[in-house]
Amino acid sequence: MSSVVLADAGGVVLELAEVINANRAWLSEIDGAIGDGDHGINMSKGFSQAAAALGKAGGGLAAAFTTLGDTLLGGIGGSMGPLYGSFFLDLGSTLDGHAVLDAALFSKALHTGLASLQDLGNAKVGDKTLLDTLVPALDAFDAAVAGGADFGAALSAMRAAAETGRDSTKDLVAKIGRAARLGERSRGVLDAGAASCCLLLQTMAAGLQRRLT
Amino acid sequence: MNRIINNPDEVVEDALRGYLRAHPDILAATDNPRVLRERNAPRAGKVGVVTGGGSGHEPAFLGYIGENLIDAVAIGEIFSSPTAKSFHDAFVAADGGRGVACLYGNYAGDNMNVKMAIRQAAAHGLTVKTVVANDDVPSAPKDQREKRRGVAGEILMWKVGGAKATEGADLDGVIATAQKAIDNTRSIGIGLSACTIPAAGKPNFSIADGMMEVGIGHHGEPGIEVGPIRPARELADLMLDTVLPDLPFAPGDNVAVLVSGLGATPVMELYILYDHIAEVLSSHDISIKHHFVGNYFTSLEMMGVTLTLMKLDDELDRLLAAPAHSIGMTRIAR
Repeated sequence: MSSVVLADAGGVVLELAEVINANRAWLSEIDGAIGDGDHGINMSKGFSQAAAALGKAGGGLAAAFTTLGDTLLGGIGGSMGPLYGSFFLDLGSTLDGHAVLDAALFSKALHTGLASLQDLGNAKVGDKTLLDTLVPALDAFDAAVAGGADFGAALSAMRAAAETGRDSTKDLVAKIGRAARLGERSRGVLDAGAASCCLLLQTMAAGLQRRLT
Repeated sequence: MNRIINNPDEVVEDALRGYLRAHPDILAATDNPRVLRERNAPRAGKVGVVTGGGSGHEPAFLGYIGENLIDAVAIGEIFSSPTAKSFHDAFVAADGGRGVACLYGNYAGDNMNVKMAIRQAAAHGLTVKTVVANDDVPSAPKDQREKRRGVAGEILMWKVGGAKATEGADLDGVIATAQKAIDNTRSIGIGLSACTIPAAGKPNFSIADGMMEVGIGHHGEPGIEVGPIRPARELADLMLDTVLPDLPFAPGDNVAVLVSGLGATPVMELYILYDHIAEVLSSHDISIKHHFVGNYFTSLEMMGVTLTLMKLDDELDRLLAAPAHSIGMTRIAR
């Protein structure tokens, strides 16, 4: 129970599209408090296009991540298109050529994706962005593995940390992007990107846990 | 929200069809529905000039596609950056074999999408270099100029860059001159009312009746001061008091002046403001060599105005004067 056969795991990306579509209105509502109110609409548009491109089965996970990344880059623009687009392209390219996904490879893929996000967006933890979800989630995953947890248990640690990270954005003042214009007024609500990142990481973790062999 | 639209989610698509029907003598479609090109682009042997940005600023950005101006434009959703793919496809549409100059404004989304697009272009051997406009003085202090947003000064940068490319300059020459153009350009905006993205249905910021926001951004980014509206003469003083010392502009300088409405301002009021701006510049012994007054760079139906000044040298003067034809700006030889 410590790895996932990648050739059969493309369905994970379809599950990501489902969770984004199911939370379309909620994500837009969060975004509307301090942003344009279009986060759910844009994310749903991009993930739906990717799901349609993948078909029902989803194929292998590396190719499915690459399709998702390409679709987000080509389909939604704004800031989320390039950020999530490059993130998923990096997951795809890191997994490409591997038969199975284990904890070490998963960590490597997320770190590669995180490096792209930081390179593109110049945000730091504490700026009230999706990094406030992703960075502690990835840290928790790595710490669990270092502490001897197997892949499945480390994924559980990641799910919990993603939620804590998302909730941490409620008390933060936005430092980057359009919400930054609100200064102190951005405090008290979640960051929409941190919320969508939490949905994605938790769904991805649960999907991988169900496919562990 | 009283608007002349169909489906609020499809205003960009609907408007683009109208632009293409109205201006087939200037614009042409490409395989990417969010990229328009000048009808004769790409022009072999000329550096391609590209820009792009969110919709809602019309006639920017697509209105500056034209002969001796912009070759291709990437078009985003309202107030949202175009995709990396659209920027990339605009580069390809403008590429006449001597590289592409992407002249755009300093916004987080645009910076990211342009960066990704340049990587895609490099992968098939297309060289793209950028100039990032940051002419909006109130958006950050002078020692953090790299954080300032790009606003209506972008238009003067496009005019200069487009004319330089037409003169036959190579890519580095076009980039250097466009950079010089924006380095000598300063802007400030004042907002008197908010604006509404049709798909959102309500404004996401507000300016109370009788109040104004000095230094407001093109998407309602907060300014430096909110206060009661003052007479046009005092607005001109206030705007110039911010802009003139920043470069600084000095007695004896020649300048270009661009006064743009933000969408809902009566044009006659732009001229009321211009009268005072010209008077104050004259009193400072600053000579206006080029002037533009009208709706050049808007923010949907925001009430308000931007003032842009560019300090001229002989080259910038010549390139601004060069003939050009586009929806937003036409210059004729005289």
